[in-house]
Amino acid sequence: MLRYINAGLVVGAALMASGVAQAEIKQINGAGATFPYPVYSQWADAYHKAKGVEFNYQAIGSGGGIKQVKAKTVDFGASDAPLKAEELDKHGLMQFPMIMGGVVPVVNIHGLGMGHMRLDGEVLADVFLGKIKYWDDKAIKALNPELKLPHRAITVVHRSDGSGTTFIYTNYLTKVSKSWADKVGNNKSVDWPVGVGGKGNQGVANYVNRINGSIGYVEYAYALQNKMNYVRLKNHDGHYVAPTAENFQSAAAGADWQHAPGYYMVLTDQPGAKSWPITGASFILVYKQADKPEVTKAVLKFFDWSYHHGQSMAEKLDYVPMPEAVVRMVEATWANDIKGADGTAVWSAADSM
Amino acid sequence: MNTDSGQKTFAHGSVAAVRPIVWGDRAFRLTTQFFALAVLLVLAVILATLAWAAWPAFRHFGWDFLASTEWNPVTQQFGALSPMVGTLVTSLIAMLIGIPVSFGIALFITEIAPVWLRRPVGTAIELLAAIPSIIYGMWGLFVFAPFFTDYIQPLMSETLGAIPLVGVVFQGPQIGISVFNAGFILAIMVIPFIAAITRDVFDVVPRTLKESAYAMGLTRWEVIWRVVLPFTKVGVIGGIMLGLGRALGETMAVTFVIGNSHDLHLSLFMPGNTISSTLANEFTEADGELYTSSLIALGFLLFVITVIVLSFARLLLMRLERAQGGQKA
Repeated sequence: MLRYINAGLVVGAALMASGVAQAEIKQINGAGATFPYPVYSQWADAYHKAKGVEFNYQAIGSGGGIKQVKAKTVDFGASDAPLKAEELDKHGLMQFPMIMGGVVPVVNIHGLGMGHMRLDGEVLADVFLGKIKYWDDKAIKALNPELKLPHRAITVVHRSDGSGTTFIYTNYLTKVSKSWADKVGNNKSVDWPVGVGGKGNQGVANYVNRINGSIGYVEYAYALQNKMNYVRLKNHDGHYVAPTAENFQSAAAGADWQHAPGYYMVLTDQPGAKSWPITGASFILVYKQADKPEVTKAVLKFFDWSYHHGQSMAEKLDYVPMPEAVVRMVEATWANDIKGADGTAVWSAADSM
Repeated sequence: MNTDSGQKTFAHGSVAAVRPIVWGDRAFRLTTQFFALAVLLVLAVILATLAWAAWPAFRHFGWDFLASTEWNPVTQQFGALSPMVGTLVTSLIAMLIGIPVSFGIALFITEIAPVWLRRPVGTAIELLAAIPSIIYGMWGLFVFAPFFTDYIQPLMSETLGAIPLVGVVFQGPQIGISVFNAGFILAIMVIPFIAAITRDVFDVVPRTLKESAYAMGLTRWEVIWRVVLPFTKVGVIGGIMLGLGRALGETMAVTFVIGNSHDLHLSLFMPGNTISSTLANEFTEADGELYTSSLIALGFLLFVITVIVLSFARLLLMRLERAQGGQKA
C-alpha cells in the first residue's frame, strides 16, 4: 500500500517537475532503516522550515529500503547494512554513509551495577552461541573477578525481524569469534542458535527488561531511553570501553573511507584506545543514472544540508555525525558518479550549502 | 398477449405488481449469485498467486521444505516444519483450554445463572471479542507472562514435569515467553467467540423440550448432557471452528509472547514460532528471491492447513447430521 502511495507521490513530483520548467521539487520520498529514523525526522523538520521542502521517510527497515529503491518506488533508500560494491554496480546504485551510531549489548541481572559487567568478543559470542549457559560460568568470572555472579541461566534475546542492527552486531561477532563465523555468520537476520526473538529494538528492550538473567543488543539510543544496563566490551586495542558518543566517534575516526570501494565499510572492531567495537554507519542509496535528475538533486541537497547543518541535532540524539573529510569525499563522489540521462552531472560543488 | 393481460390486470392492481417483483427477484438473484461466486473467484486467485510466488521455494527445496526445521537466511536454507508445528500446537493448546471454558460460560449463562446476571455476563463476553489482538499480546507480555512465570509455571514444572516420559514437555526455562503462553493467550482470545456462539445456540433449545425432560425427573446435568448438547451439536461445532480459525491465523498477539525462535523443542515452555508470527516478523526485511518465496510458501501452507482443518470440520458436521437423521428415523 505504502509503495503505491509513494509511487503516486513520486509520479506527482515528476509531473510537477516536467510540467513547470525549472520548478522546485517540493517533496522527497525515501524509505529504509529504522535506526537513523529519529535523526532523519528531526532533519526533515528543520529542513522543511529552512527550505520549504518536505522530506518523507518511511522507517520500514533496511531490507525494505533496499527493496523499495530497487523497485524505484522511492527517491532514495536507506540501510544500516551497506551493499557490496558489486551489488551496487549490478543495480546501478551508489551509496554513501550518512550518520553513525553504536550497538550495545544490554543485560538484566538483578543486583548488577550499571556497566559493571565486562566481556570480550569471544565470550560474548559464546554466550550468543549457547556455549556459555550460566552467568557464573568460569569464562565470565575470569573477566569479572570482583563481581558476585548468580548461578542463573542466561536467556539470549535477539531481533526476530531482519535488521541493520543485527547486521552490525553479527558482523562484530563474526570478526571476533571464529566459531560464530563458522556456525552462524553475518546478515540482517541469522539462524540464532539459542534465545528468544523480540520485534524491533523496542521488542528486544522489552524482553531484556522483563527477563532476569537475559542479555540482548539494541541501538544505543534505546539502551539510554530504557535505562538499560550495558556491558563494557574489550576493544581491538585490548581496552575495556563503555558505549558513549565519544567512543563511537573514536571508532569512526580511524575508518579508512578512502579505500572502501562503494563506501562499503562496517565500523566494527576498529582500532583506537577508546573505540567502541560495535559501531556502524547508516547508508543512503540512490541511482547513479538519475531518471529524474531534479528529484535526485533535491535528495542530495537535503543530505548535503544535513551534513553541514545537522550535526548538533544528531549529537543530541546520540548519533555521531560524519567527519568533515568524509563529507567532502562523498560530495566529490556525487559530482563524479551521479549523472542524468544526458550524461551531465547532477551535482556540482557549487550546490553545497 | 402478455402485455394485454398485464394491462388488464393493472386495473385490478393485483398481478401487475408481480411483474416488477419478478424482475427485481431476478436482479437480486443475479447480484447475490455474483457476490457468492466472486468470493470463490477471489479465493482461487489468492491461492494461485500464493502458489505462483511460492513456487521457487518449493522447487528449490522440494519436500524437504515441509520436513526441515532449518531457517537460515545467511545460507539461504529454509524449512517450514517449525512454524507449521508451532501453528498447530498453539492452536491445539488454545482449543484444549478454550473449549471447556467456553462451554462452562455458555452453560452457566443459559442454564444456571439467575436471569439478572445473564445480560451483564453475556455483554462482557461480547466485549472480550471486540478487543484488538495486539492488546491481548501486550497484556500477555506485560501482565500475564510475569504472573505465569512466578506462580503457575513452577507449579506445572513440579507436578506435570515430574511425570516420566511426558514430563519433559513441561520443563524449561522460566521466562514466560513460550509456545505454551502463546497458546494460553490464544485460548483467552477464542473463548469469547466460542462462548458467544455456543450461548446463542443453547438459547434456541425449545423450552418445552427441556421442561419435559425435567418433568421426567432428569437432573440439570442430565438435561444439559442428554438434551441441550445433542440438540445443538452442529451449532456448537460451528462456533468451535470459528475459534479454531482465529487461533490458526492469529498474528500479533502470538508474535508478542511466543519468543520467535525457529528451533523446534519438545518443551512447551521454550520459545517457538507460528506461520503468521514468522511472516509478521520477517516479511518486510526478507531480501533475495528464495527468502521471500519461502515466506510466501509459508503463507500458502497456512492456507492449505486452514482448508484441511475446516474441511475436516465440515465432514465431521455432515457425519453428525447424518447420524442424527438416522436416530430420528
